[in-house]
Amino acid sequence: MIINHPLLGPRDAQEFTYLGDANLLNRPNPDAPDAAERFYEYLYLRDNPAGLHRELWYHEQGDRSWLVVTRNTLTHEITKVELARDVARAAQAAGESA
Amino acid sequence: MRYSGFHVIWEALTGHKGWTPAWRDPAPQSDYDIIIVGGGGHGLATAYYLAKEFQQARIAVLEKGWIGGGNVGRNTTIVRSNYMLPGNEPFYEFSMKLWEGLEQDFNYNAMVSQRGVLNLYHTDAQRDAYTRRGNAMRLYGVDAELLGRDQVRAMYPFLNFDNARFPIKGGLLQRRGGTVRHDAVAWGYARGADQRGVDIIQNCEVTGFRITDGRIAGVETSRGYIGAKKVGVAVAGASSRVMAHAGMRLPIESHVLQAFVSEGLKPLIDGVITYGAGHFYVSQSDKGGLVFGGDIDGYNSYAQRGNLPVVEDVCEGGMSLMPNIGRARLLRMWGGIMDMSMDGSPIIDRTDVDGLYFNGGWCYGGFKATPASGYCFAHLLARDTPHPTATAYRFDRFRKGLMIDEKGMGAQPNLH
Ligand SMILES: Cc1cc2nc3c(=O)[nH]c(=O)nc-3n(C[C@H](O)[C@H](O)[C@H](O)COP(=O)(O)OP(=O)(O)OC[C@H]3O[C@@H](n4cnc5c(N)ncnc54)[C@H](O)[C@@H]3O)c2cc1C
Repeated sequence: MIINHPLLGPRDAQEFTYLGDANLLNRPNPDAPDAAERFYEYLYLRDNPAGLHRELWYHEQGDRSWLVVTRNTLTHEITKVELARDVARAAQAAGESA
Repeated sequence: MRYSGFHVIWEALTGHKGWTPAWRDPAPQSDYDIIIVGGGGHGLATAYYLAKEFQQARIAVLEKGWIGGGNVGRNTTIVRSNYMLPGNEPFYEFSMKLWEGLEQDFNYNAMVSQRGVLNLYHTDAQRDAYTRRGNAMRLYGVDAELLGRDQVRAMYPFLNFDNARFPIKGGLLQRRGGTVRHDAVAWGYARGADQRGVDIIQNCEVTGFRITDGRIAGVETSRGYIGAKKVGVAVAGASSRVMAHAGMRLPIESHVLQAFVSEGLKPLIDGVITYGAGHFYVSQSDKGGLVFGGDIDGYNSYAQRGNLPVVEDVCEGGMSLMPNIGRARLLRMWGGIMDMSMDGSPIIDRTDVDGLYFNGGWCYGGFKATPASGYCFAHLLARDTPHPTATAYRFDRFRKGLMIDEKGMGAQPNLH
């Protein structure tokens, strides 16, 4: 698989390590009254879709940036690559989850 | 029909005209007492033990493709019970005992071969970890032997003992571990279940559940609606997709694992060897092919095929362990979809829907579990209480912090 890095261009997926569903950007508020339940869901439950999946990749052997990659889990086709930083900031500005 | 040596000779002498299909091909009935979703090893074993050990009747197994087309027919056939943690070891040893009597029990040649599983160690720290694991196994009455370098050399003189970076210092051997012909396990259980009245319905995909007042009423399928008092789901890599029909999110990610077979070679490896310094494990099939594999690719996938970096990594692991395979050609390779759980251990449990039960999260180690998984799932379905060896495999262990994490990796499925 080739990941089209927004800053560095096409890079071999081997240069990256994989973390998982991009929903991991949306860390629950630890002070919320239902924090324990929210953290259980955040840590352990996954949508695990067959089809488009937004996921976090870390460019460990490159510029060490975190990316949000949109990839089809049925075909491995990558359709979108964003800097995780941009995704998180945009969500923050809009007051939504990433 | 009962299979026997006499029968084989008789048929050989009379032109093989007497063989009949090993199981029927029935049309689905309008309803069943128990429906098992998924005709892999676990689903078929569940149906078999439900009928044989728990005296249940009116059972159907619904399989979306053909039985044995999933992971049960794609794995590298290794069976062992060399786990360490209390929630796991008694369960896997129960499975090993069932393997030992399986062929007599279901009257089918599954080629159960206790040829020994040897895990190599390469450092002092790894030796200490294997000593601990071996001791834990022995506390549960399971066989384990810690071998030194010379003992390993006597078994496999051709290994790369003096690799400058990862010298082989010894290994942990479970002699009762080994290999089993994977498809024959599916076929044997299917035949045994069919003989006891279970309907095995192929090309029948479950596309939804009908739930009324929090209770299961039946399943929607590609061959129409089928009613059921109880439904047990055992669909391995498709777990999240199927349980989503019941509104559930699971502690599971689906990942692809690849396997490889070389061209046929003269007898070389008579047991199973796993490399302790890289991801590589190998055995030799009775046809002579080296059967080997390594790590999962590491990203969510439903594609049933992997990518080249892992192929390279596995072959490099093989070359550094046993350089003598360098000229052997790779004949076939394929992938299967693993239901990787958040702690690397499985789930056999009820769900919030009355009458709906779940079996999954087997990661890349569920083949060895097939008999016990089927037995314990049948126990749960028939009696509504978990089998004593499977009491820890519950959904709520994640909420309660009771993980069974053999590797200590945390909630990171691609590292288990
Ligand atoms: C390459 C590879 C190597 C492995 N090596 C080993 C090993 O050496 N040792 C070991 O112990 N384990 C190994 N495993 C793991 C083991 O194969 C699996 O954990 C185990 O087979 C899973 O259980 P199963 O046999 O029931 O799965 P499967 O055979 O996959 O059965 C699940 C079935 O459910 C069906 N299904 C899915 N969705 C639906 C639906 N909606 N409706 C109806 N049916 C459906 C599928 O078609 C499939 O037939 C390996 C796996 C792979 C892929």
